[in-house]
Amino acid sequence: MPSVMVRRNDEGKLLFYIAKKDLEEVITAVEHDTTDAWGGTVTLGDGETFYIDPISPPPAFPTTLRFRRVE
Amino acid sequence: MAAMTREETQNLIQEVLAVYPEKAKKDRAKHLMVNDQSLDVAKKCITSNRKSLPGVMTIRGCAYAGSRGVCWGPIKDMIHISHGPVGCGMYSTMGRRHYANGTTGVDIFTTINVTTDFQEKDIVFGGDKKLKASFDELEKLFPLAKGYTVQSECPVGLIGDDIESVSKVKTAEIGKTIVPVRCEGFRGVSQSLGHHIANDSIRDWVLPTRVGKDDGFTTTPYDVNILADYNIGGDIWPSRMLLEEIGLRVIAQIPGDGTLMEMEKSIHAKLNLLHCYRSMNYISRHMEETFGMPWMEYNLFGPTKIEQSLRAIAERFDDKIKDGVEAVLAKYKPQWQAVVDKYRPRLEGKKVMLYVGGLRPRHIIGAYEDLGMEVVGTGYEFAHNDDYDRTIKEMGGATLIYDDVTAYELDAFVKKIKPDLIGSGIKEKYQFQKMGFPFRQMHSWDYSGPYHGYDGFAIFARDMDMTLNNPCWKEIKAPWLRPSPAETQAA
Ligand code: SF4
Repeated sequence: MPSVMVRRNDEGKLLFYIAKKDLEEVITAVEHDTTDAWGGTVTLGDGETFYIDPISPPPAFPTTLRFRRVE
Repeated sequence: MAAMTREETQNLIQEVLAVYPEKAKKDRAKHLMVNDQSLDVAKKCITSNRKSLPGVMTIRGCAYAGSRGVCWGPIKDMIHISHGPVGCGMYSTMGRRHYANGTTGVDIFTTINVTTDFQEKDIVFGGDKKLKASFDELEKLFPLAKGYTVQSECPVGLIGDDIESVSKVKTAEIGKTIVPVRCEGFRGVSQSLGHHIANDSIRDWVLPTRVGKDDGFTTTPYDVNILADYNIGGDIWPSRMLLEEIGLRVIAQIPGDGTLMEMEKSIHAKLNLLHCYRSMNYISRHMEETFGMPWMEYNLFGPTKIEQSLRAIAERFDDKIKDGVEAVLAKYKPQWQAVVDKYRPRLEGKKVMLYVGGLRPRHIIGAYEDLGMEVVGTGYEFAHNDDYDRTIKEMGGATLIYDDVTAYELDAFVKKIKPDLIGSGIKEKYQFQKMGFPFRQMHSWDYSGPYHGYDGFAIFARDMDMTLNNPCWKEIKAPWLRPSPAETQAA
């Protein structure tokens, strides 16, 4: 369950950052991304996927969240 | 030597790796790459931030050096206690040229090396008592110090001393900020983890002091912090002058020529300007999350990058700053154009190889290009993947990139590529000078500097010319090994 900082880059895209792993990737898809929930399966630019239970209301970014790696 | 093709560079890497035993070869092969600008992420091509290979020479430092020397060292009004044996402080910090304004021993303490000087009995019975005593002694010697940091060296971690509790007790007693930093040298693979630990200690022990309190500080919409400029040779001063000239107000310099109070009030800024991404991105990310303060990287080496950076900074503000930037760019154009006109003809087309620390392997490329020079190889001592992602775009195609390069590899690359100038550290300097290569120390600016901003660019250009075109390089070869005048004429 890595602890991940999610923030927006200059283009407004969400970035997925794991300090311990030096992993900084753009989030390309989020399963639930509506006005009342954010989360579910999250796909990164390099194809990796992570999961988080949808959060409602959606969190304000940047924020640190705990994700689960999807095998 | 003419530019190499991809294949030639690849062959060179193979050739250099050939002397290693199988296992070492496999390991080192991952740290060397031929640049490919079409890539977005470096991690498929280069591995970084791994343990150095035993048996070969690395020039990395330790976590203690990263914290004591790099991140905390330049904070000038605090005394940084090297907690442990006497040697570490000398070798990691005494040669670092972070300049500071003030009077040593009264309001600045950057050049003073304080250590608890562990002896055998401290290892056996613990060093807490000694640490306590050293605070009392320092309070008497330097009553004007604003605070202390305790920088642990290896033995402190090994014997498990509780420096946090000593710090708390003493903070209560003397009423000054005391920051315990758990930066024992054996942590991590290089000084890089020391930067991270130092950032975390700023986060935990310094930034919270004013949160939620009314400290009477009046803010303006143009307040910024300069982060991770270490004021090597005075670098932060021309940077700050430029930023102030475009209309911003710099409220904190962390850590170059900075103070404890600046760090505390830095939470009021509107934007963090991050110079060395590697060593202080952690605190920028933290401040963005906690205080909603955005951060951006910038680069003030050479007129091209200055222009790009200042314009990018202005994008974050209103028209006042945007106009300020245009005015500044126009004002300094004649100044830097004169520098380029003077030095470019003397330096045009020369090849440079770099091997430095956390940001310079990519940041100074622009300044060399402004002088018509080309960087043909670059590498970092302790970078991570994200640094290489940022480097790929800066470097030309088919150039060489090396991570944590060993003394042997760098030597072999230089012999093959034959650059006109090498920029690296003190540990490489004499080796290459003796081989007859013009060399500049790019960690300490070779006792020169500053190199930031327009004023710095003039010094940079002069230094490069002075080194590269110095007649001494011709004298390095023994007279009987030089080609005879007849041969030279024939050629
Ligand atoms: S590795 Fe340990 S003993 Fe060596 S300089 Fe660093 S802190 Fe000191």
